[in-house]
Amino acid sequence: MAASALYKAPDVAGYGDVPYEEKARLFDLVKADLRYPDYLYGCYECGICVAVCPSARFYDFSPRRVAQAAAREDVELIYQQMQEDIWECSQCFSCLRCPRGNNPGGIITIMREVAVNNGLASAREALEGYSRIIYKIMSTGTQVSPDMLQPDAFPDWGPEVKDVSDNLDLWRRALPPETLHTTRTGWDVAPRTLVELYLIWFETGALDMIKGVDEGLHMILEEVMEERLEEEGVER
Amino acid sequence: MTIPVEVLLTKKKTFERDPERLPEDFHEEVDRLEEEGEWVVQRVAGPYVEVPTRYGRPKKVQMGHLWHHKSCGQCGHIPGYSTSIFWVMRKLGLDYHDPRDQTSCTAWNYYASATSNAAAQAAVALRNFAAAQETGYFPLVHCGTSYGHYKEVREELIRHPELRAQVRAILAKLGKQMVMPEEIVHYSEWFYAMRHEIAARQVRSFEGIAVTVHPACHYYKLVEGDAIYDPDVYGGQRTAIVTGVAQALGAEVRSYSTWFDCCGFGFRHILVQRDFTRSFATRRKIEVMKEEADPDVVLTHDTGCVTTLDKSQFAARAHERNVGVPVMSEAQFAALAMGAHPYKVCQLHWHSADYRPLLEKMGIDWEQAWAEFQQDIKRLENGDIRYLTWEDVDA
Ligand code: SF4
Ligand code: SF4
Repeated sequence: MAASALYKAPDVAGYGDVPYEEKARLFDLVKADLRYPDYLYGCYECGICVAVCPSARFYDFSPRRVAQAAAREDVELIYQQMQEDIWECSQCFSCLRCPRGNNPGGIITIMREVAVNNGLASAREALEGYSRIIYKIMSTGTQVSPDMLQPDAFPDWGPEVKDVSDNLDLWRRALPPETLHTTRTGWDVAPRTLVELYLIWFETGALDMIKGVDEGLHMILEEVMEERLEEEGVER
Repeated sequence: MTIPVEVLLTKKKTFERDPERLPEDFHEEVDRLEEEGEWVVQRVAGPYVEVPTRYGRPKKVQMGHLWHHKSCGQCGHIPGYSTSIFWVMRKLGLDYHDPRDQTSCTAWNYYASATSNAAAQAAVALRNFAAAQETGYFPLVHCGTSYGHYKEVREELIRHPELRAQVRAILAKLGKQMVMPEEIVHYSEWFYAMRHEIAARQVRSFEGIAVTVHPACHYYKLVEGDAIYDPDVYGGQRTAIVTGVAQALGAEVRSYSTWFDCCGFGFRHILVQRDFTRSFATRRKIEVMKEEADPDVVLTHDTGCVTTLDKSQFAARAHERNVGVPVMSEAQFAALAMGAHPYKVCQLHWHSADYRPLLEKMGIDWEQAWAEFQQDIKRLENGDIRYLTWEDVDA
């Protein structure tokens, strides 16, 4: 049994085990990211990153363990972390305080990308309930829009959310900056700009990343984008 | 043995920079890549203010003629934030451009879901920079995360020629060139640079207003070198941003022990795992501030931080936690100091924690202000006017 089993039982999150070779392949993908050498210089195991880490306070989570596993090339533990830990990180980058110059939060960003790209159970689970946000950002270029402030989505934010949604059209028109009158996007985005954004999603493979975690969403987005490109007479 | 905290604190009072241990200056690399024809550098043009940064290097903050890189969250659910930035700039008589060819940085989604990659993120950033450069206006970034992320992108592009090549090819398809601004500037740096001009136009006294400051992680932790640090503020030990503005306006800035902690936003947590966000924001930030500093208002300078610290208090109140303090950006605070309308400009009705006691302490009759705003709403409703204009808000 791998030493990693001492940290957490692999069956807790309910993901399947895979052969060692598959875990090694996933870790190789993490290491192949061009940012990886900028993010890891070995680890003193000093724990400074843990002391400043918000997620470590509330979860069984530790940026030190992530940096350490990566530095030791512990393939088993890295796989376990990709299934259990990485989505707990707040991506605040407080851990950049690392005296070794590491960026544990950045390593986690890369591990998440690999988890998404390879349709890992943890990524599918983490992104459940998140699809309307991905739809918004990819299709409109603004992640948060006024029409998302529905009281049923934010019951814990108090009665003011209902006030906003009840008065949305009027309150948006009561904003003096002209670009802010829209209710569907954060601001008014020009059609040409959206076309440019769609081309970026296509060309960089960012759109295809969605496939492994949410096939339905991928299909809808692809259709929306292709339609728009066609309308604007833009060839890919 | 007890730890001699007081002795340690005195020793750490001021941050002495060791000139031998200066990290590389990114400007040199940015210029070198321009010389090699890799990209075009958009230079600071026109009057600017020089501000000190973490390692003592000066940073140029252009005063006017700015291209406002808006924030999706500010525009989406804290619109008084962006409105106040524009309003203050107009009051200072500085021209600006509020573009429609801007996308968000998309980093909120990236840090939340990882459904993107380095090339896409860099292409999004440089597309926006190119759009700014085409207008001749210099970019001013409203969101702390956009600012931090764009600095990350700059680092990655400087280090990796293959990434530059990939992004260049994509931009060419869009008919855009590779553009890097000479400085990446956050709006709060502009407020810091202009704090004395702002204070000179102050019409409401903030004497006796107690403030706590939450510095945004992505402002000063991500690519730390060009964040503002001033030897005169916290002895150069913490970023001077926000605090410098509040002090210039005569407010009393009070410290608290968890100032370095993040707000709890978490990017994905605020959207789909808010139990964490609420707990962290209230237990590690708001409650500590209340206990140790008892502020009248929490000031911060980022979309996510305003959202988290403001919205997390409602549920905590139901659990009888020690919360209940208004949260806003220093842009809204400065606008109020300059006489801005609390609803027409600062749009405080979009906020959740009760800000009315603060307004009273500032000498603002919020009931009357609300009635004035409601009159405008009536005019909008009746069809007398289609939108509230800049002229209306100062009428
Ligand atoms: S980025 Fe993640 S690992 Fe680093 S301090 Fe923040 S929550 Fe912890
Ligand atoms: S702060 Fe850096 S060196 Fe210390 S444990 Fe964390 S990653 Fe390792």
